[in-house]
Amino acid sequence: MKTLVLDVPDWPGHQAGQHVDVRLTAPDGYQAQRSYSIASAPDGSGHVAITVERIEDGEVSPYLSDVLVEGDQLELRGPIGGYFVWSPDLGGPLLLVAGGSGICPLMAMLRLRVAQGSRVPTRLLYSSRSLEDVIYRQELDALVARADGLQVFHTLTRAQPEGWTGYTRRIDHDMLAEVAFEAAQEPLNMVCGPTPLVEAVATTLVGLAHSPDRVKTERFGPTGG
Amino acid sequence: MDEIELRLDGNAAAGMLRDIFASDVTAARGACAACGAVAHLGSQHLYMYPLSPGAVLRCQLCQNVLAVFVHAGGRYRFALQGLTWLETSDV
Repeated sequence: MKTLVLDVPDWPGHQAGQHVDVRLTAPDGYQAQRSYSIASAPDGSGHVAITVERIEDGEVSPYLSDVLVEGDQLELRGPIGGYFVWSPDLGGPLLLVAGGSGICPLMAMLRLRVAQGSRVPTRLLYSSRSLEDVIYRQELDALVARADGLQVFHTLTRAQPEGWTGYTRRIDHDMLAEVAFEAAQEPLNMVCGPTPLVEAVATTLVGLAHSPDRVKTERFGPTGG
Repeated sequence: MDEIELRLDGNAAAGMLRDIFASDVTAARGACAACGAVAHLGSQHLYMYPLSPGAVLRCQLCQNVLAVFVHAGGRYRFALQGLTWLETSDV
């Protein structure tokens, strides 16, 4: 897992939750393109952070992870996607549910929330395989320590450190019933991660009486890395 | 890969659609011609094989084919057979 900070001239700014397409062109003209969620909050700087998960047999992620060095140029298209976005003026309460690298667009939302001094009641439920797989762990701890209305719940599905008191299983009905806001509060629910996780969570939230209109999803499919 | 693994959100087609339309169509609402359900295109189901030249957008409720996007041979084709209307913001 590697975070790249791209300096984009004339970047028009983005909304938290949007993505960029990165296109690589080989000397023979062959092109490969992948979408990456923007993890940085819009801040007017022209800097765009993406976090890349290295897929062993992938076409794009090994290049971005191992070959690219500071000063190299990349072909970008974006910002893209105006559906899976959040800003403090949409209000809350806000439930964010992430699986693995699905945290990235949600991180942009959490960073924007802090940058704007928003106190919208917000909960993050974040599923990872092990503690080492938790992306942005220290930053999330620091955000919680601000005590500005953010709660973070981790579940570690494969391995847990000694003394772990968080959840230890895949996200299920009982977990969402404990962590999610009451449907009567009409929270906004944003779910991002691998397709099976996203579908299970979205279906369960609707089963818990949340309106489908208030459950927004972003599935990470088989991108080919 | 099974069907569920291949399923994405309409939102994933935003990059391709940006090349065709002036505004962000994934943030537009559309009505399914089969069941009448109204939803943002970004929330519908998208089937797009990795490295394939196109994608199929289906209604998340009834699975009717709403639209087919193909980018091949230097052209885009956008078939809208399953949408009765589209509504975008004017800002």
